[in-house]
Amino acid sequence: MEAAIALTIGIVFGSGVWLVLRPRTFQVITGLLLMSYAVNLFIFVMGRLWIDQPPLTLAPGTPDPMLHADPLSQALVLTAIVIGFATTALYLVMMIGARGLTGTDHVDAEEDDDE
Amino acid sequence: MSALAWQQHLLMLPIVVPLLVGALLIPVNEKHHFGKYAASLLSTLLLFACALLLFRWTDSEHWPGGIGVYLAANWSAPYGIALMADRLAALMLLLTAVLALAVLVFAASRWSRIGVHFHSLFQFLLMGLNGAFLTNDLFNLFVFFEVMLAASYGLVLHGYNVERIRAGMQYITVNLVASFLFLIGVALIYASAGTLNISDLGARVAALGADELRLLKIGVGILALAFLTKSAMWPLGFWLPTTYAAASPPVAAMLVLMTKVGVYALLRVWLQVFPGGNGPRADFGFTALFYGGLLTVLFGGVGMLASQAPGRIAGYGAIVSSGTLLAVIGYGQPALIAAGLFYLLGSTVAMAALMLLIEFIDRIRTPGASLLAVTMEAFAIDEKPEEPVGVGIPGTLAFLGLAFAACAMVITGLPPLSGFIAKFSLFHALLNPETGAAGPNAWMLMTLIIAAGLAGTISLMRFGVRTFWAAGAVVPPRLQISEVAPVAALLLLCVGLTVMAGPVTDYLQRVSDSLHQPGRYIERVLGEPIVPNPPEGARP
Repeated sequence: MEAAIALTIGIVFGSGVWLVLRPRTFQVITGLLLMSYAVNLFIFVMGRLWIDQPPLTLAPGTPDPMLHADPLSQALVLTAIVIGFATTALYLVMMIGARGLTGTDHVDAEEDDDE
Repeated sequence: MSALAWQQHLLMLPIVVPLLVGALLIPVNEKHHFGKYAASLLSTLLLFACALLLFRWTDSEHWPGGIGVYLAANWSAPYGIALMADRLAALMLLLTAVLALAVLVFAASRWSRIGVHFHSLFQFLLMGLNGAFLTNDLFNLFVFFEVMLAASYGLVLHGYNVERIRAGMQYITVNLVASFLFLIGVALIYASAGTLNISDLGARVAALGADELRLLKIGVGILALAFLTKSAMWPLGFWLPTTYAAASPPVAAMLVLMTKVGVYALLRVWLQVFPGGNGPRADFGFTALFYGGLLTVLFGGVGMLASQAPGRIAGYGAIVSSGTLLAVIGYGQPALIAAGLFYLLGSTVAMAALMLLIEFIDRIRTPGASLLAVTMEAFAIDEKPEEPVGVGIPGTLAFLGLAFAACAMVITGLPPLSGFIAKFSLFHALLNPETGAAGPNAWMLMTLIIAAGLAGTISLMRFGVRTFWAAGAVVPPRLQISEVAPVAALLLLCVGLTVMAGPVTDYLQRVSDSLHQPGRYIERVLGEPIVPNPPEGARP
């Protein structure tokens, strides 16, 4: 399972990097989205991989940590998702603004001469 | 007495006040710009008072060891989020408040009115900055970085034009990617050490096995990449000059401070997690920081020489100052840190003043002036300007010229202002190491600092001569008191730093001393008691 997860994150992140380096703003924002998915997954699995284990318990007494998934990385990933979502939305607004103001969706806000 | 003393809550104020004020200002219509300005100013004044109090308390025995700890939501240290104020944090809070006051007053008459929500964004920026200085938790640091960055995205775009959009697009993309690196670094640190509290991390690193330590180092290295992008180390800092030149002057002045946040975070994390000494974790990454800093100084110096536009010159100046600080940290000598902090104070204030001055200078120069200057250079036109015989320099121009010269002196480190004292004490520390003689690294650093100073002098002098002496018919710009006063105040602060160099250096030495005792932080932060629950019967 570790190898599958690692490969998945790697492929998603790699695709994101490739897209971020492309010249169109839509490609860049797609790339940023993919990278943020990969990073969120990465944070999530940094709390180790667990199957069928709850992160929290209502049972009285001291719980056995071996029977529970790491709740902290889940809390972290929630925060990271929210923040990533907000900044992506902000980028989207700016992208639309740039498109309206400059008439092009190139990241430099002007077309290359040879295109 | 089970409740927390009110002084303890003061640690929370620099974050809560701007958050509330910024949020409350959002629904207020822009028509009431004076009311918005007043609220924003009031909040910033409160932050200033707060920073002053923290500054005094951290430098006395008000708190044991001068370290104040606030446990958010009353969770004890490694489990909850701890805020921590020490001398360095208080100093940075004070610097933030002073710069914010100057920028806010400056922006009142013009810039804050050309777009919407300037004051809200400004308050959120202050919240992010203050939070980043106060937090003692890596993930919380990320959150405050994002708050600060999100506000700065809005501010960079303030006064929407094509140039700002173009610069903003690059700025946002670079910083979003840097934030991803930040998260990856934080996740790796958590995976290896099992904690994100910086002091707890410092305590646990010593006990880590070889495998975990390797993972931790990778994590901290990736984290450092994010900090270094903020502080514009070569080759991560190409976004900076374009952004600075495009942003409106008050925003650019605040951006100057934001580059220092990266340096601050590096100092904070490194000195607690890798506190030197012997063993496998000694001085990790210092070499990379040192050479990276040197290359940054070189890049900034060359950039200054090559730039014509004032905004770009100032941007490259900021890169030089970042590079110098990084190299100073990377040099790894505790004695250098105090001198480096002095340099940080002086160069930040002067650079912010220069950013504000550029606004006035742009009013002198007609829109075509900078283009003309380039053409003049390219075609070597030796055009003789009209001789202003017998005409006294108008008052505003005299002020502008003097202020520009003062900024240039601090930034390039020429005597007699604070830049010179900062460089002098840096060189003094480099030439008199604790053991032995100055090594080749010290000489290399000194050579580059001097060379960058020379490049800065040439570049700024060229710009000054062209603007003030050779610009032909100069129409003195109309300036308002509320715009001139902040610039003058910042410059007076530079003069004050020079006059009070003795006490300031003593203070910075204490800052550096406490930074180099990570054990004290561990003891204070992890030992902070929680407020006990009131007994059952006492509850209402």
